[in-house]
Amino acid sequence: MRLELTELYWLEEERELTLAELAELSGFSEEELRALKACGAIAPVDPEAEPPRFDARSIVAARTAHRLLVDFELDTQGIAVALALLERIGSLEAELREVRAQLPRRIR
Amino acid sequence: MKYKDYYAILGVQKNAAADEIKAAYRKLARKYHPDVSKEKDAEAKFKDVAEAYQTLKDPEKRAAYDQLGSYQPGQDFRPSPEWQQHFSDRHFSFDDLDLSDLFEAFGGGPGARRRGEPRPLRGQDYEATAHITLDQAHRGAEVDLDLSVPEYDERGFVQRVTRSFKARIPKGATDAQRLRVPGKGGKGLNGGADGDLYLNIVLEPHPLFRVNGHDLYIDLPLSPWEAVLGTEVDLPTLSGPVRLKVKPGTHAGQHLRLGKRGLPRPKGGEGDLYAIVQIVVPTVVGDAERALYRDLAERSTFNPRAHYAQELANATRTD
Repeated sequence: MRLELTELYWLEEERELTLAELAELSGFSEEELRALKACGAIAPVDPEAEPPRFDARSIVAARTAHRLLVDFELDTQGIAVALALLERIGSLEAELREVRAQLPRRIR
Repeated sequence: MKYKDYYAILGVQKNAAADEIKAAYRKLARKYHPDVSKEKDAEAKFKDVAEAYQTLKDPEKRAAYDQLGSYQPGQDFRPSPEWQQHFSDRHFSFDDLDLSDLFEAFGGGPGARRRGEPRPLRGQDYEATAHITLDQAHRGAEVDLDLSVPEYDERGFVQRVTRSFKARIPKGATDAQRLRVPGKGGKGLNGGADGDLYLNIVLEPHPLFRVNGHDLYIDLPLSPWEAVLGTEVDLPTLSGPVRLKVKPGTHAGQHLRLGKRGLPRPKGGEGDLYAIVQIVVPTVVGDAERALYRDLAERSTFNPRAHYAQELANATRTD
């Protein structure tokens, strides 16, 4: 069976999500997400706003956090540290990509 | 169904204690987990490791796995009728099943019927990687994806099916971007929502262009006399060649920006194309050319190392 796909969304462009929507998309319970938010592992768009709303990047972070929880049996603090380090690696890799793109290749 | 030696995958003995199995899994998970590993084939290796651990950490599943008997890894086998009678109240088509599917459903997988009201269960999310060329990213692309996934039918029986998608990737894709396709993951059960499909974009390397976000970089080799005197160059871009004017006195490493000649951005607009100047010298020169270079060397007052002078003078004084 071949399926025509018409609706593809850039994750970065999606609308803001409620805590319940993020819970459904990530596999966490709302309570677990609140704990992750409290230790800064997942950041809402506006830290002061209640109820919190999240941008689409939180989907990637929350899904990664859920994989780390299941596969490494990490607690909330462990997940927060791992996510922070992964984010740091991601930004360093982006910098590396930028620098490499500007490095000339050897021309014979 | 193909046999997998879960003990060998984790590198433990068949009589390993539960804590040994856990320690072996944690060590391999740190090595191969796709979120933290850059090892080649990390994802496939982690899948095997996680599958082995999911079965061996559960005493009931481990006992059932041990009772399957021993086969060579990859060998086709079917559980005996006695095994099925003893360990499974489910009906499987073993030909279309992976060992992991058998144990995922074992003892009550997502599709299992339990006493009481069935709970709505959201379908599984699928992840796939779409490899596209730079030209496809530039003009948009249709890619065919085939995913082999376990699915549960209305009766809760598991079977492995191939889901084929023709995905229309819009213009503006670049490396490491993700797309979400709502509702195109696994089917929900008992009224639960269908899962989503997450598509990771990977750009294939291009022989000329290098990519950073939506900006592109290309090397612009110039001969020494072109750099000194200036020239006009036909430069390839993704939307066709452009004539680039190189000013006299252009130096190596200089970035010449061609606005809006990069990749299109999802929200509109385009990235830029940067031509990075390289001064390339001929490796073989004829007698006449050599004579011209000698003549130039004698006449020129240009010193490319003039900024060394102070340091060299200081070094001479301290000797």
